[in-house]
Amino acid sequence: MADFKVQTACAGLLPVTVGDLRLTEVVPGRVTSLAPYLGSAGALSAAMQAAHGVAWPEAGRMTGQAAARALWFGREMALLIGPDPDESLSAHAALTDQSDAWAVVQLEGRQAVEVLARLCPLDLRDTVFAPGHTARTDVAHMAGSVSRVGPQTWQIMVFRSMAATLVHEAEIAMARVAARQNSPT
Amino acid sequence: MRLEGKGLIDRARPVSFHFDGRRYEGFAGDTLASALLANGVRMVARSFKYHRPRGVMTAGSEEPNALVTVGRGAAQEPNLRATTVEVHEGLWAQSQNRWPTLGLDLLAVNDVFAPFLGAGFYYKTFMWPRAFWERVYEPLIRRAAGLGALSGDACEDSYERAHAHCDVLVIGAGPAGLMAARAAAEAGADVILAEEDTRLGGRLLAETEEVDGLAGVDWVDEIAAELAAMPNVRIMTRTAVTGVYDGGTYGALERLAPDIAARGHAPKGCFWRIVARRTVLAAGALERAIAFPNNDRPGVMMAGAVRAYVNRWGAAPGQSTVVFGNNDSAHRTVADLQAAGVHVAALVDARPYARCDLDVPFYPGAQVCGTGGRRGLEAVTLATTKGEDRIAADCLAVSGGWNPTVHLACHMGARPTWDAARQAFLPPADAVPGMRVAGAAAGAFSTLACLESGLNEGAAAAVDLGFRAPDMAAPSAGKATYDIFPLWQVPGRGRAWLDFQNDVTVKDVVQAATENFRSVEHMKRYTTQGMAPDQGKNSNVAALAVLAEASGQGIAETGTTTFRPPYVPVPIAAMGAGGKGKGFAPERRTTSHAESIARGAPMIEAGLWYRPSYFPQKAETHWRQSCDREVAMVRGSVGICDVSTLGKIDVQGPDAARFLDFVYTNMFSTLKVGRVRYGLMLREDGHVMDDGTCARLGESHFILTTTTAAAGQVMRHLEFVAQVLRPEWDVRIVSVTEQWAQFAVAGPQARMLLNGMLDAPIDDAGFPYMACGAVGLGGVAARLFRISFSGEHAYEIAVPARYGAALFGALVKRAEDMGGGAYGLEALNVLRIEKGFITHAEIHGRVTAYDIGMQGMMSAKKDFVGKAAATRPGLMDPERERMVGLKPVGAVKELLAGAHIFDEHAEAVSDNDQGYVTSACYSPTLGHVIGIGFLRRGPERMGERVRVVDHLRKSETVCEVTPLVAFDPEGGRLRG
Repeated sequence: MADFKVQTACAGLLPVTVGDLRLTEVVPGRVTSLAPYLGSAGALSAAMQAAHGVAWPEAGRMTGQAAARALWFGREMALLIGPDPDESLSAHAALTDQSDAWAVVQLEGRQAVEVLARLCPLDLRDTVFAPGHTARTDVAHMAGSVSRVGPQTWQIMVFRSMAATLVHEAEIAMARVAARQNSPT
Repeated sequence: MRLEGKGLIDRARPVSFHFDGRRYEGFAGDTLASALLANGVRMVARSFKYHRPRGVMTAGSEEPNALVTVGRGAAQEPNLRATTVEVHEGLWAQSQNRWPTLGLDLLAVNDVFAPFLGAGFYYKTFMWPRAFWERVYEPLIRRAAGLGALSGDACEDSYERAHAHCDVLVIGAGPAGLMAARAAAEAGADVILAEEDTRLGGRLLAETEEVDGLAGVDWVDEIAAELAAMPNVRIMTRTAVTGVYDGGTYGALERLAPDIAARGHAPKGCFWRIVARRTVLAAGALERAIAFPNNDRPGVMMAGAVRAYVNRWGAAPGQSTVVFGNNDSAHRTVADLQAAGVHVAALVDARPYARCDLDVPFYPGAQVCGTGGRRGLEAVTLATTKGEDRIAADCLAVSGGWNPTVHLACHMGARPTWDAARQAFLPPADAVPGMRVAGAAAGAFSTLACLESGLNEGAAAAVDLGFRAPDMAAPSAGKATYDIFPLWQVPGRGRAWLDFQNDVTVKDVVQAATENFRSVEHMKRYTTQGMAPDQGKNSNVAALAVLAEASGQGIAETGTTTFRPPYVPVPIAAMGAGGKGKGFAPERRTTSHAESIARGAPMIEAGLWYRPSYFPQKAETHWRQSCDREVAMVRGSVGICDVSTLGKIDVQGPDAARFLDFVYTNMFSTLKVGRVRYGLMLREDGHVMDDGTCARLGESHFILTTTTAAAGQVMRHLEFVAQVLRPEWDVRIVSVTEQWAQFAVAGPQARMLLNGMLDAPIDDAGFPYMACGAVGLGGVAARLFRISFSGEHAYEIAVPARYGAALFGALVKRAEDMGGGAYGLEALNVLRIEKGFITHAEIHGRVTAYDIGMQGMMSAKKDFVGKAAATRPGLMDPERERMVGLKPVGAVKELLAGAHIFDEHAEAVSDNDQGYVTSACYSPTLGHVIGIGFLRRGPERMGERVRVVDHLRKSETVCEVTPLVAFDPEGGRLRG
């Protein structure tokens, strides 16, 4: 039996660098959606803490570190990113493998937030959207997720099938932001 | 004429540009208007209707006359104000609305016929014959009267859209705006300071004012530097706030500096959506004209504009100037001109009590009552207490007072209120939630008052948001009084213009009142005053005053029209930025996309997805050849098709089974683990929403599929049911469409193909029709479903998307080795029509389960969404159009989806309509054309001949009504 070659969502599309702006693909490892059953959010959080050292994230927030992270992903849903989910979690939540469902990219650079201003309508000022914050939002007409993982580092997720459109739109925005360097805005 | 040593232009950076084909020199910092005036060019345009010579009148975005077209070819942009076009190397500008040239405009004949062309002329003249309006009159009028034209080519300019957020948005960066921004920022608020000009300062750039002991310009530089250094201040120059919308949202158009816009990848402009918690409107004021006879000649300008050209751009609009006004700014104009060494021939002050301490011929209580000159002003006629005087002059600076720029305060429907003391309309209180108005826009007309008002409103905006009031004082500045004397029009022979852009005169407004168009809204529409790009900037107040007088009312009672967005014209390309070409909609690509393209498959859009239509082989020149081959391949050996685009929804939880019982018409709680069932979903109104399969992976774990088209709709519906209708049920729903790449393996050799790949082979007993389960593929965990959309022995195999491309390649290669191969949507469609399987061509939203013959799937044992509605007698009426098969039996074999069905001998008119065709194709399996349609009492009419007519494509076919399933009705092949 031939072994199957693995292709990531953004294979052949990334990385892209424009000036000091850099867009790279993140290969997140295991991604599992966690949807707690009725009244089980607390128990789920405890199980997550025990097994993976991350708590259930409140709305609009991320918990954990790069190795194991929980990302709020909408109403009563979070993504566990990194580890294989511990068996104990399934008593409290519906677990679904989403490792291949999303194109995950990282945008970094001093003006990364300016690029995002061209892709999504969110208020991303430091005082409003700090590292650790996340949102489900419109990303260039795609239903996506935007998270701030560092002061100048952002994670953007869209459907895997839309990876080419995401890179296309982001590249345009990056080129435009870079072209305006030294302008008053 | 350029004035030595004056102005804020950069004389070290000369630039050359073209106007009407002639080359001129200017300097960096010039506008097209200032550069043309410095070059002695006075006539720059022809008027809208009468084609009168016109010159630059103002120094801002309110310019009504000097509209030009910039650029050439596809990039040409019409109706730009020369007063806001930045001069840059290579600028190519042209005058508009003239033929053949600006100097010799044959359409100026309109001016001769002016007595016949007044307000209401069109309405009265071009009444008949009725059909002539659209075909003859309107095109004729549009050619004769108008503005610049687009190139007709697709716009090549690139614009972008962007979002910005702040605590306090300050609109306008004159003295009030600067102070407001400073105060709000000092208090700690995030501030955006938006200024439509290229630099901050507003009127301070155009006046010889002192602020805080400094020259106004130096004070501006100082505060601008302070603001730029504050991390919580964002300065946006060249950015005009164009509209006010709900929730503190503002539209703004930014035009990039020409040198930046010229860079590769840089956009020409950006359309911003700024969301602000509070706003300070500090938009300043616009100087208004006085309507006296022939007040429109090139050389007649606003006094404030004359000062701006002299002080800011070092350009004298004329050699000899007469200044005419009804307020103190006329005196200031004389002083500035004299200081710059420009000759002032007379100061005409309409106020009888006025005094003057300047060394200039002074005419208190006098008025300008006429002008002379052919293509530009040559002389001015004064009406004084002693009679008429004629003075030679090539520039006439006019000030009729100032109109606060209240536009943005009125975008949400408020109307400005009349202030008699200031003879001005002021913004009403609380006109826009969260907006405060400062400076001249609020009627503060001295520099000191503007600074103080800006400070107060900026601080108040910040305090509103919980910031602490800043410890700041307003700088010292001039308290010069305004002292206005109402003067709107000067009587005399000749037309007196109110609206220069739309060629509306005093006579037109009076005529409107005479004909009883006395409401300000009626007058506006009758005369076109204040319409189009002008949006009432120049003429509104003066026209109202004239209307008030003509109708015997006061200005306050007459009222004013309101203002709509945009404040300045916004190119559609800017609003639609990002929506061109592929920006219009995202593309969804399957994992087999690259392989399909490499195999030459034309892609077709299915929703946002791109799917291969067919896979042409070398000798094939027509899609039908490929399609027929692919169908035969599936019926004869094995075919591979990417079906990943179908929606896949994971349903889990203790109540998953009863939830599915509730959303499907048929029963799912009885489905065994490891089995798949076909299901039908209805909308609440009893009509079919979608169909698909649902597999039971575990006791409380199901995966259901939807059609490609309805994946989003079904997901939304299930969420609604779970969250709203059955919130007490413990069920969790998540889309896994993107997680799995899924391929149909269909045909008599499907199992043989799979068994060559699966880690453990399958057989019919262990994996019968409608079985499902986990399988291994070279160590990859996959899911296998034995389901069929082709009627053949078929499977769908799903792997995590990362393996999709590799698996597709491997499957197709194996299929080809077995005499099969990949098949596309065309073949997929033929295969399912042969089997009478439905798609959204059939379940298009108006059909019931009964209509498609699936009433038997509506379980009587349970409730389900849509049940009550679906069982209403009207939805179970045999007379309904119900699904049947069709087969051409006459000479014509063509059958088109969309055609309508009539009785064989009935006339093909709507009254006789019996139904319609939803799908049709040539069946290579059967050797003839087949179709699916909806026909009244259809299933009761088997064997009947019907007439099928497509009125649009002029096609007519006689068909026989046939059973829906044309091929293998017993279904032996899919169980085989």
